Amino acid sequence: MRKKIIRDFKVCENLKLNDSFSLLILRPATGEKLNVTVEPGQFVQIKIPESVTTLRRPISICNYIEDNDELWLLVRKAGKGTEVLCGIREGAVLNLILPLGTGFKLPQSGEKILLAGGGAGMAPLLYSGKIFNAHGANVSFLLGARTANDIFLLEEYKKYGNTNISTENGSLGEAGLITFNSVLKEDFDMVYCCGPLPMMKAIAKICKTRAIECEVSLENTMGCGIGACLCCVEKTTQGNKCVCTEGPVFNVNQLTWEI
Amino acid sequence: MIDLTVSIGNLKLKNAVLTASGTFGYGEEYADFIDLNRLGGYIVKGTTLEPREGNDYPRMVETPSGMLNAVGLQNKGIEYFINEIYPRIKHYDSELIVNVSGKQIEDYAKVCQLINERTNIKAVEINISCPNVKEGGMAFGTTCSGAAAVTKAVRKAFDGVLIIKLSPNVTDIAEIARSVEEAGADAVSLVNTFMGMAIDIDKRTPYLSTVTGGLSGPAIKPIALRMVWQVAKAVKIPVIGLGGIMTGRDAIEFIMAGASAIEIGTANFIDPTVTIKIIDYIDDYCRRNNITSLDEIRGII
Repeated sequence: MRKKIIRDFKVCENLKLNDSFSLLILRPATGEKLNVTVEPGQFVQIKIPESVTTLRRPISICNYIEDNDELWLLVRKAGKGTEVLCGIREGAVLNLILPLGTGFKLPQSGEKILLAGGGAGMAPLLYSGKIFNAHGANVSFLLGARTANDIFLLEEYKKYGNTNISTENGSLGEAGLITFNSVLKEDFDMVYCCGPLPMMKAIAKICKTRAIECEVSLENTMGCGIGACLCCVEKTTQGNKCVCTEGPVFNVNQLTWEI
Repeated sequence: MIDLTVSIGNLKLKNAVLTASGTFGYGEEYADFIDLNRLGGYIVKGTTLEPREGNDYPRMVETPSGMLNAVGLQNKGIEYFINEIYPRIKHYDSELIVNVSGKQIEDYAKVCQLINERTNIKAVEINISCPNVKEGGMAFGTTCSGAAAVTKAVRKAFDGVLIIKLSPNVTDIAEIARSVEEAGADAVSLVNTFMGMAIDIDKRTPYLSTVTGGLSGPAIKPIALRMVWQVAKAVKIPVIGLGGIMTGRDAIEFIMAGASAIEIGTANFIDPTVTIKIIDYIDDYCRRNNITSLDEIRGII
């Protein structure tokens, strides 16, 4: 059984990537090892300091380095809670619950897979690509954003796979939405997707027409993050399921999306 | 020697801390974080006769110092609970209490009867106060006659300790409490959530699929405390207090207002270890103040 823990982390670095995004690099506040298994696509629940919000905020794990229990969280300013996180000072302590949720399915060794995402949805793809690459999968990334200024950590992605970019203004990679990127003409055994809902639906539709298995990561509003409050449910073919425990990753076939 | 035990009718709890229904799943969700055996008791998710899918998403929105929810009693029904869930959780050395809800009075009675016949569960909490279902729920809890009718029916069906969970969405909660006491309740718990709503002005839509939902969290604590104080003065049966309790200090406030025990709800979402912190705080508070039993401070206001 997966073991969840609650632990204080120190903000070692807060890299402001642009006006909306920060990359937080965290390490445990005490020396004790986390001793957890972090799966691709899992997330953490962060208690927002200074009590600006009541509930925790779920943030996906962008990278986890087991040697020193370092966590990378890519945070987009979306409201009061994430605004505090984006502006947090280095040295501050954050309380996290982790690792949460059911993540992306591990591909078979040798399988050709695509990890596609946009905006904050790019975050979980980095750690996923790293794990899948180490597992022997042939990894490609497809990252989409409005401009080159919104594409982050490119050198990191390149370590683990072939990296394809789409920007809406054409300032980096191909011009246009990621759904028109030429990499989608290639054959894949599996596509993993995380990003805005219309983007995920568009990718899921492409996969459906080409009979490629597709998993998507949802971000329904959560209460507890551990399957207790039943607030974040998504309608599935087997009834309402908690996105925080049975997701955030779902196979598109499980969902009731009209695509 | 400090005696932290609490009696709710014939139910003896090792301490005053319970978990509020709908905020603690079936306890298992919290097993990675706390030792469930330390709880006074845990009240599991609202259970109905038939399985329920609950309301459509979105079901929750955060509001200042609180949250609105409209889950709508999603659960797999009493048969599933007894056959699948109960065997997994019955071994904890902490009182398991089932929260029971229904569309009609017969449903409540039937669920209680099944619990009575097929489990060793010593107490049920009857939810006549859910604001998020179209039929039943709060409808019974907002009139004295409705509340008394449900109480009488479940009293006949269940031999153990009967706790009636009251709605704060009434003019005079003390009057409702008196009517369920008269109808045979062993205890009352209050308050359930306050009916509220929130609107997304950018989308020009309500945040909840059901428009209205139940407000919980620290925002409601002062009102909940006032109601517990009023009800504790109005009835002779034990009162279980809940509503926005986040800390040990909050818990002591409810006990001073007259609560025999307390339930922790929304706080579980923010800190899954909060129940244990509150148990330890109460113990420490008693030690520091030379209190040997909570009876010494209960209802002193």
